[in-house]
Amino acid sequence: MTKVAVLIETTDNEVKAANFGVLTAAHGDGHEIYAFLTGADAEGCKAVLGKYGVGAIISIEGDGADLQAKPDLKAKAIIAAMKEYETSVLLALSSSEGRDILARVAASLKVPLATDCLSVDISSSTVRKPYFSGKTIATLKMNGAYFLSAIRPNAVEPAEAPAEAAVISFTAVVGDYDGLVVKEIKQSSSGKVDLSEANVIVSGGRPIGSEENFKILEECADAMGGAVGASRVSVDEGYAPHSIQVGQTGKIVNPRLYIACGISGSVQHFAGMKTSKVIVAINSDKDAPIFNKCDYGIVGDIFEVVPALTAELAK
Amino acid sequence: MKVFVCVKNVPDTAANIRVVGENSFDESIKFLINPYDEYAIEEAARLVEKEGGEVVLVTVGKESAIKTVRSALALGSHRAILVTTDKQFLDSADTAAILQKVMEDDGPADIIFAGKQAVDSEAMQTAYRLAEGLNIPIASDVTEFSVANDKVSVEREIGGGEREIIEMTMPCVVAASKGLNEPRYPKLPDVMKAKKKEVKQIALADLGLTLTSETKLVTLEQVPDRSGAKIIGGSVSGGVAELVKILREDEKVIS
Repeated sequence: MTKVAVLIETTDNEVKAANFGVLTAAHGDGHEIYAFLTGADAEGCKAVLGKYGVGAIISIEGDGADLQAKPDLKAKAIIAAMKEYETSVLLALSSSEGRDILARVAASLKVPLATDCLSVDISSSTVRKPYFSGKTIATLKMNGAYFLSAIRPNAVEPAEAPAEAAVISFTAVVGDYDGLVVKEIKQSSSGKVDLSEANVIVSGGRPIGSEENFKILEECADAMGGAVGASRVSVDEGYAPHSIQVGQTGKIVNPRLYIACGISGSVQHFAGMKTSKVIVAINSDKDAPIFNKCDYGIVGDIFEVVPALTAELAK
Repeated sequence: MKVFVCVKNVPDTAANIRVVGENSFDESIKFLINPYDEYAIEEAARLVEKEGGEVVLVTVGKESAIKTVRSALALGSHRAILVTTDKQFLDSADTAAILQKVMEDDGPADIIFAGKQAVDSEAMQTAYRLAEGLNIPIASDVTEFSVANDKVSVEREIGGGEREIIEMTMPCVVAASKGLNEPRYPKLPDVMKAKKKEVKQIALADLGLTLTSETKLVTLEQVPDRSGAKIIGGSVSGGVAELVKILREDEKVIS
């Protein structure tokens, strides 16, 4: 039985739902799971983490250091916890936070790391992950003293595996570091649901025509508890912020349902959403290339079809 | 000010990738500057145009990468170092070790720019390993950059559209994301001048490094495109009703 550490991401002391798939991947065929938590109330996370097989919650603190403002010290504290609890595997979400911390840990330990993994096999230290923006899938074998992997949100279907989670406080001696300091976090005005973790995404392309018109996509997304995305063209035209761009130079998303509205379906757009479980296209051009590589299509004006879809969902 | 920029030679994102054998691909396609590296090159050029100094590109790649290096030199850089290897995929630790050695041999820089990821192997960690090797700070996914009083200030995109404002001491590594700037298009005179700029080629073997190669690419598999949509016809209201029924009952992707 391998001891597997999972770096848990929280928002306002709540465990983000996207972690559950990572915990399921960590569980594999009965590994011992240590949930690493920093800057969150461990007791409050106990019930939900226990549900997904966590045996021990390691509540990590630096000795007086602000781990949230100093990611290098956070990485150091995590390494100390890995050594203390002898976890040879460290998994996290392949989010900007997860990738950043894992890369610091991997660089510091000089061990391999695979990011954006679709699946992991802990016993053989192999992962499957996209190469060439989803055009191919690579299988990588990692031969380091530790096995580090960041897993794409929604890539692993969460499965409950009830366990009794014990909370253990761990204080790491990390010293101080002033080379890099997070001074401030600017909240965004847009995007209630994080695009890369969303289960449903409704995306708009050029025909949307204005920032205002994105409202019809928002209403449709809201009806499914989803998020709104945008094509590169609609971002370049200023209809939507870059933070919601889906594709090669934007976000990689992996929802259960992706609805592309007025998007022609370039290779670069597919690079960002190809692994969606179901792709629906709504486009007035019956010859749009997207209809050749999605699951369901409606040929029609998005300004008629999308509101009708929203109304239908409300029924 | 001396600035290094790490540049990778990668297949055009619009190109079709055809897997060959167990873990290779047909390389007779168009290669160009890794898209994220373009933002790094541009930011370096702007910085040196303002502050004075030189921009030195560092590339690890096949000999054919020289074409990409030349096109990168037309974007405001001064000279380049190309470490040649016969492999398209080195693991990130090895690549970082090579970059570090080259930079140490060439002399220290004030700032090192890179792209946040290469669009071929997408490992997203080489910049971190380089920074660790050089023992300097690193920020990735950077969308805004400025320098003042020997400190670098960057904005970095995190989840849900939020951004972190980070301050780093110099020297440091800045890994660029889209949005950092609008890369310039090279003008013909720049392209002509780039042909005469110095490109120092070093064979990987001559660097005298012992590489660990701990991450191995075992297989590469083609991902087939979906075969094409089931087009839902009829009236708008009938069509959306059928779609919602399919999504709820057959696909079970919404509740």
